Amino acid sequence: MTLDPSVIRRDFPIFDRTIRDGKKLVYLDSGATSQKPNFVIDAESDFYRNHNAAAHRGAHQLAEEATGALEGAREVVAKFLGGAVDEIVFTKSSTEALNLLAYSIGSAPAGNIFHLKPGDEIVVSEMEHHANLIPWQQLAKRTGAVLKWFEVTQSGRLDLSNIDGMITERTKIVALTHQSNVLGTIIPLTEIAKRSRDVGAVFILDACQSVPHMPVNVEALDIDFLVFSGHKTVGPTGVGILWGRANLLNLLPPFLFGGSMIETVTMTDATWSPAPRKFEAGVPNMAQIVGLGAALNYLNGIGMENIYQHEIALTRYTLEKLQEIDQLRIVGPTDTESRGSAISFTLGEIHPHDLGQFLDNAGIAVRTGHHCAWPLTRKMGVPATTRASLYLYNDESDIDALVAATLGAQEYFA
Amino acid sequence: MELDNLYQEVILDHYKRPQNKKLATTFDAQVHHVNPSCGDEIDLNLTIESGVVTSITWDGVGCSISQASVSILTELLIGKSITDAYAIYDNFVTLMQSKGAISGDESVLEDAIALAGVSKYPARIKCALLGWMAFKDASVQAQAKSELR
Repeated sequence: MTLDPSVIRRDFPIFDRTIRDGKKLVYLDSGATSQKPNFVIDAESDFYRNHNAAAHRGAHQLAEEATGALEGAREVVAKFLGGAVDEIVFTKSSTEALNLLAYSIGSAPAGNIFHLKPGDEIVVSEMEHHANLIPWQQLAKRTGAVLKWFEVTQSGRLDLSNIDGMITERTKIVALTHQSNVLGTIIPLTEIAKRSRDVGAVFILDACQSVPHMPVNVEALDIDFLVFSGHKTVGPTGVGILWGRANLLNLLPPFLFGGSMIETVTMTDATWSPAPRKFEAGVPNMAQIVGLGAALNYLNGIGMENIYQHEIALTRYTLEKLQEIDQLRIVGPTDTESRGSAISFTLGEIHPHDLGQFLDNAGIAVRTGHHCAWPLTRKMGVPATTRASLYLYNDESDIDALVAATLGAQEYFA
Repeated sequence: MELDNLYQEVILDHYKRPQNKKLATTFDAQVHHVNPSCGDEIDLNLTIESGVVTSITWDGVGCSISQASVSILTELLIGKSITDAYAIYDNFVTLMQSKGAISGDESVLEDAIALAGVSKYPARIKCALLGWMAFKDASVQAQAKSELR
């Protein structure tokens, strides 16, 4: 089956509106957040209209329905990722999920397999989003652990030339992005995960830019934890997903304390529910979780492999067309080998913020700046970039519009 | 084009030929300001003598709005008393925060009036204000230093 973006766009009501005085919306900012289909908006709305009650609390029919809807969504996520139902933890964002891991690991007492002591090592890379850098950087400061990182080459790849020196017997945690949100680079996951496994390190995968765009099955990957974001996956804001191996989730201390994550409580002590509930204190973002379930069902209906193939073809087209523009430099891999659809570039002396403004005036939504990956843009030798990021509803006409407007900007700012 | 209200000729001129963009080696105060949302950065050196702004020099990287705005600022404020400079500063900040509701007083703001269009683009206001915030910060530091003398 091939995917027809013009048909898919009909599912997304935002494409019915226009931008800046009647211009067609060309949305090339799905790396920041994706648009939402009616199917998701309706599912979220239906929860509020017909089933709203506090899940896992209350002795009434609505509470039963709310619980059923929430747990139904958990089953959808588990199936989508290839994990077990009890291995799926809902958080309020993927940023919170990564912080959950960092804080829970940081609170693990001596004797717990997650316990960090001075001299232990945490490995990240220069291409991490701030959300998968700062939690580890600060955890290292709190515990005396040493933060190390894979460097990024000028072609936008991880430098693995010293992988055995980077990931060593002292390494406790390896936390890496699956796909760079700036460069689009997909990392050689198998090789790094194997090395991590060999030295006994915990491997954490930030899959925010991969899970929405390609088939990802945790059983096929030799990793321990995975994080992705609902709102980048045509789902609602306010829901992040943490997957972890059941045995590890059981050993990991909780992060947020409060209602419904406990087993027993006295005035001086408490014990915890089994995972995933141990990590879900407070009434969860139920409507958003239900919306996420709908989102994954929607994507499954189209097929993640179809979405992946569509995006690869469109990425190839985009890279070709952009590179025909004088003075345009792709920041990241210039071909589609191990590469996703986030495409960053610079345009001569024209500042990305000015280019972004010009594109906006043509109805084209892109992201400009350092994309929450400041060390990476610094490493690539640019103060900022313009990023076009693609999804299932984009097609070649969007790219043609981007190219035409970029040429227009060159003329305007000449 | 709608965009021409934002990118006035004066702005593009200052962007291409920035004024006082060379840090003086002597100064009363030196500040470094960044716009964390886009990565724009500016260094600004300031000298105030007998209550008069005698030197503002700067260096930085950023978009045309942020770079032109600081360039315009230097031409506007050098030679002004600090009291007058603050009055102009207040006038400019009010204009930026006006959401396009006011057109600004050209007799006070001179070339800075060209930045009025920025106030209709909320994401760009911080760009236009970067250099002005740096100036305010530096002026407070410079005055504190002169009081010590």
